[in-house]
Amino acid sequence: MAITVHCDIVSAEENLFSGLVERVVASGVLGDLGIEPGHAALLTPLKPGPVRIVKQNGEEEVVYVSGGYLEVQPNTVTVLADTAVRASDIDEAAAMEAKKHAEQAIENQGADFDYSRALTQLAEAAAQLRTIQQIRAKLGKH
Amino acid sequence: MAVGKEIKEQITSVKSTQKITSAMEKVAVSKMRRAQMRMQESRPYADKIRDVIGHLANATSEYRHRYLQDREIKRVGYIVVSSDRGLCGGLNNNLFKRVAQQSKEWKNKGVEVDFCAIGSKAGLFFNSFGGNVVASQSHLGDAPELASLIGAVKVMLDAFDSGRIDRLFIMHNRFVNTMTQSPEAVQLLPLKAQQDDSLKHHWDYIYEPDAKEILEGLLVRYVESQVYQGVIENNACEQAARMLAMKNATDNAGGMIKDLNLLYNKARQAAITQEISEIVSGAAAV
Repeated sequence: MAITVHCDIVSAEENLFSGLVERVVASGVLGDLGIEPGHAALLTPLKPGPVRIVKQNGEEEVVYVSGGYLEVQPNTVTVLADTAVRASDIDEAAAMEAKKHAEQAIENQGADFDYSRALTQLAEAAAQLRTIQQIRAKLGKH
Repeated sequence: MAVGKEIKEQITSVKSTQKITSAMEKVAVSKMRRAQMRMQESRPYADKIRDVIGHLANATSEYRHRYLQDREIKRVGYIVVSSDRGLCGGLNNNLFKRVAQQSKEWKNKGVEVDFCAIGSKAGLFFNSFGGNVVASQSHLGDAPELASLIGAVKVMLDAFDSGRIDRLFIMHNRFVNTMTQSPEAVQLLPLKAQQDDSLKHHWDYIYEPDAKEILEGLLVRYVESQVYQGVIENNACEQAARMLAMKNATDNAGGMIKDLNLLYNKARQAAITQEISEIVSGAAAV
């Protein structure tokens, strides 16, 4: 039987995987990593992408993570997965939206709440659009 | 039988109300189970991050992150988590009472308070209560997503970073058991230092790329996951409180139907007696 190490893939919302594995392959910010049992203790952020796990019986499983952190300790490997794609501009847009929502709630006291909701949805859509435009502009440059 | 008809109508209306409340109770029971499950599932993540942060804080002791440092309090931030819908007993009101009380205590000490309202009931409360609401988020649904909280949390974290607020609390209902939920304020920032001997390891991680950056990212995620847990727990409380409120409503409706039935039967009996006595006295007169 192959040597194995315990691996947990957890996100804030659910437990994605837990069990013994022979190998974990993930994409760290500085490049792809293959973790095998006996790896030195390591801590690195992950890029959005698949995490491939080779289980005890050689069976493979792929879990998609939208970023997060990989922690390796002598007898455990832990992936702290993000549940949403994180980018500073997307976070910024979300923060703006939350502020706007608060301002609107003050302005439309007792007003129809669906109206303010529609506006926040509009703000959300605009934020997404902006992100897409930025990505496009970036791709155009290269 | 005009009186009888009116009572009959009232009984029908109470019965249909009872049907609605008992259906709501059953829905709340199943939603509460799911919410409790979500509550348990989100725990390992926060525990793990706390371990790693504890280790990092020990390993990089020369670098004190601002989230770990206590500073003089001039202004505090509260993230107030409420439900989106009503009909859940005194759940939200108890929470808001506590908010009002704590904000008064801070004001007596000469400390300003900023609020972040999560859930539409909190938004409505601050409309009447006043208070400086800097961010709000509502309509999270029965299965709140962490992604929808990031914005509101970031506003508060930015305020902490820029030194506008010196302490950050989260206020939500704690799920004690199905019958009991109690409002509770937990300090998020600065993180309370952990005195745990098991964290004093002799080894250190290999960091890719940099310990400080990793610590920064993890701290933000830790706070977010704490807020998420608060929201999930509050959701479980909401369902439990609604279940109880609806159970009481169903029982009360049952009692009301019983009383109305008694009243109806009495009225019917009285009408019959009256009719008989009219006939008898009519016959005697002839």
